[in-house]
Amino acid sequence: MNRNRILFGIGVLAFVSVIVTVRLGGFLVDNEYRQPDRQVAAQEEQGEAELTPRQQGIADEQAADEAEARARPYEEAEYRAVPFVGSRVTVWVLAQLHLLFAAFVLAVPLFAFIIEFVGYVKKEERYNKLAYEFTKLLSVSFSMTATFGAFLTFGLIILYPKFTNYLMHIFSPTFLPYVLLFFLEALFLYSYYYGWGKFGPKMHLFLGFMLNIVGTAIMFIANAWLTFMMSPGTRGADENGDGVPDFVSAVSESGALLSLRDAFFNYTWMPINIHRIIANVAFGGSIAAAYAAFRYLQAKTDEEKAHFDWMGYVGNFVAIIAFLPLPFAGYYLAAEIYAFSQTLGIQMMGGTFSWLFVIQAALIGNLFLGANYYLWLGMGRMEGGVHFQKFIKWLLIAIALCFAVWATPRYAISSVSEIAAMGGSSHPQLSYLGQMSAKNTAVNILILSTYMSFLLYRRTGRQSIHPHRDLLTRAQAIVFSSAAALVIFYGVYGYYVDAATRIRFAIPQVYSVLAALVVITVIDLPLYRNAAQSGETKWGKMPAVSQYALIFIALSFTWLMGLMGYVRSGLRQEWHVYGVILDTSPDAYTPTLGFATQVVSVTVLIFFGLLGVVFWLSSLGGKKDWEPKPVADGGGRLEGGQAA
Amino acid sequence: MWGLNLPVVLVLAAIGGLLVWRRAHTLAWLLYSLVGLWAFFKFGFVVPIPQSVATIYLAITVLALVAYASSGRERLAETVQPIKRLILEPRHRLALAGLLVALPGLAAYNAYADLTMPLEAPGFGREIHPPPPNELTVHDETIDMATAENPYLHYKHDDPELYGKHVENGRRVYYENCFWCHGDGMGGDGMFAHGLNPVPSNFNDVGTLPALQSSFVHWRIAKGGPGMPAGGTPWDSAMPAWEKFLTTEEMWDVNLFIYDFNGYEPRALGQH
Repeated sequence: MNRNRILFGIGVLAFVSVIVTVRLGGFLVDNEYRQPDRQVAAQEEQGEAELTPRQQGIADEQAADEAEARARPYEEAEYRAVPFVGSRVTVWVLAQLHLLFAAFVLAVPLFAFIIEFVGYVKKEERYNKLAYEFTKLLSVSFSMTATFGAFLTFGLIILYPKFTNYLMHIFSPTFLPYVLLFFLEALFLYSYYYGWGKFGPKMHLFLGFMLNIVGTAIMFIANAWLTFMMSPGTRGADENGDGVPDFVSAVSESGALLSLRDAFFNYTWMPINIHRIIANVAFGGSIAAAYAAFRYLQAKTDEEKAHFDWMGYVGNFVAIIAFLPLPFAGYYLAAEIYAFSQTLGIQMMGGTFSWLFVIQAALIGNLFLGANYYLWLGMGRMEGGVHFQKFIKWLLIAIALCFAVWATPRYAISSVSEIAAMGGSSHPQLSYLGQMSAKNTAVNILILSTYMSFLLYRRTGRQSIHPHRDLLTRAQAIVFSSAAALVIFYGVYGYYVDAATRIRFAIPQVYSVLAALVVITVIDLPLYRNAAQSGETKWGKMPAVSQYALIFIALSFTWLMGLMGYVRSGLRQEWHVYGVILDTSPDAYTPTLGFATQVVSVTVLIFFGLLGVVFWLSSLGGKKDWEPKPVADGGGRLEGGQAA
Repeated sequence: MWGLNLPVVLVLAAIGGLLVWRRAHTLAWLLYSLVGLWAFFKFGFVVPIPQSVATIYLAITVLALVAYASSGRERLAETVQPIKRLILEPRHRLALAGLLVALPGLAAYNAYADLTMPLEAPGFGREIHPPPPNELTVHDETIDMATAENPYLHYKHDDPELYGKHVENGRRVYYENCFWCHGDGMGGDGMFAHGLNPVPSNFNDVGTLPALQSSFVHWRIAKGGPGMPAGGTPWDSAMPAWEKFLTTEEMWDVNLFIYDFNGYEPRALGQH
């Protein structure tokens, strides 16, 4: 007997067993005990339904339930639960997915508009084509944003009805303008996308400009809702004369609205606006670069490869340029959180959430490393690129050292024996690296190193023909070294002064770096204008690993957004609205850091799965149309074929 | 020197010098960097660095080395060339066989070392600096925790003589009440310290007083262990609520004294 027959026999046997079990159950129920008395017999004779004790019991229960349901008064539910996952995680994941797509939809028009504008000014068609390629991603992403926005709204209404109602009490006047702006956003977005090449360049640029204005306004309104939950008040006059503006609450102690203006323009509203605009551009650039990488890896022709290589380069360039000022915007946001509430500030930087900042440092270090790595690989595009390869080693050492300093925690996770050896939770030597002086120095040197990588990349395969090239190059070197020396000087000196002085050192550090970037760029532009090329730039000749680096950067950005979004939102802990409306649901506890990072990871995976769908749909436009496949069957009929 | 284990550092530096002298191959440098840094993190400090931090550093090292090796076609080819030769050339068969035994052996040793790790009580998960309330009421006086400062700190510049008197008063309060647990040198090693869990704060530690605003220290002195929020649990501090025994001025004075004694300044408002 062969194996297939045995398997078939087992299958038949299993099927028969199921049938027999079901039939047997039915038989037992049908033939359950019945009362053999005369009353039952009489009822049967009169044609009344006979009820067994079990059926009677079920009927009684149903009647009791119905009576109870009719007598029950209407009560508004405070919370509803989601089995297994829980309400909090459900809303968390939905909000994060909505936010990721929304960030992308807001960011792409920003740099698509700028690229189109550059193309218009420089009269180069390739910029126009590139801007259109970016815009292709918008249509599907916009639908995704709206879908997850609806999901999130229904999720909040269903799972947190009472709290959602409260938010409506506070912000109802802002909802209609929001919807109106959303309508305008759709109008401008689709006219911008479908109107490509159909309008004159100025009109089309105007559409892009309006798209950005409306999109930003939408974000500003939504930011008011979420920042109110964190900081329900604003700065007032300094009436007690202590030099610090007094706190003005937007709501009463019981939560009744006192001032919509104060609720809207609360402490953290503007810092979040600024932080999100910059972060959105960085995130959008990285996702667009990941799309280009995806298409590059799929590309069959050299022309396609060259196009998507360039697109990936531009997307990554946008991401990194936007990323450089992001730490300063984050610092502003953190300062405002601290100003609103010392408790929230310490909770964030020194309490439960501080370890997430170590993970943040690791991710940002990865981003810097990934961005530099991509630039170094990019030197391979140019003939004569070997010349600058020798500097990579030193740049890498600087970046790795700064990365390590930034990721050094002030208080390490330690075992009991390690704590005993150290005499506390901080290491006698390494704890110095965990302090702000060291971290400010590290991030500024990271920014300088990344800029240096970009300069080397820009110079690869080019020779300046400027008459004062040696002098100007030396001037650049002096500016660069001076900025680095100043940053390190203030970093070290910070350990020898009091805290109030030390905090002010961050300002000259930042300004010296920004000034160095500006001065070096101003010198570099004339220095390499009309430079002699030792060979041409070979777009499309990048190794595959460079494209995976772009995808890695996009993944890191997404993970970072999810993680820091959790920190911002989770800081409120057991409060819906901090200090005003308490969360009394079973999910009100703060999850462990491990669980939180798992939720962020799963959300990122779902986002990238959905992004795969967006990429695939966006790339359909470039494929050949479906055509019936001719089949010679002798009768001259045509049979349907498959898409080419 | 600087808390470093000098013999280990010298041996590692000597190996590095040898590699420079012999003009070592890129692969040799990469292996030296990885193994050398591992040895440095493991044995290079007099007080060993925690495993969690060493793991972060080594992960960064691996990423950086992989990035360097693959940062150009020529460099990648040059780096992997010895590996190719080891695998393909018959004269290296013995070395290859050794490597094929050594690599699983290393993995096996790692698994063995992980499984035979000595058992320890779990690490101390308690928050060292639990978040304070927004406002603090001591002896019917309410202060804003975010903005309040030690009211006598400004005498340091404005009236050094008066400042000295407050510090002296703080010294008296400290040595009458606090040194039993926090120690005469403020190292958290007073005569009762060994009987307490959590142990008393070490005020010499750079991570304690300079990281805190004076309002935070005032809160801890006034409310003590009974006023500790949930984050400070599960083992509540044995620190008494000193507002029941001292005047407000005495508490600010002792606050001033412990900073003055250790040469620290309180954390500034808005500093992170």
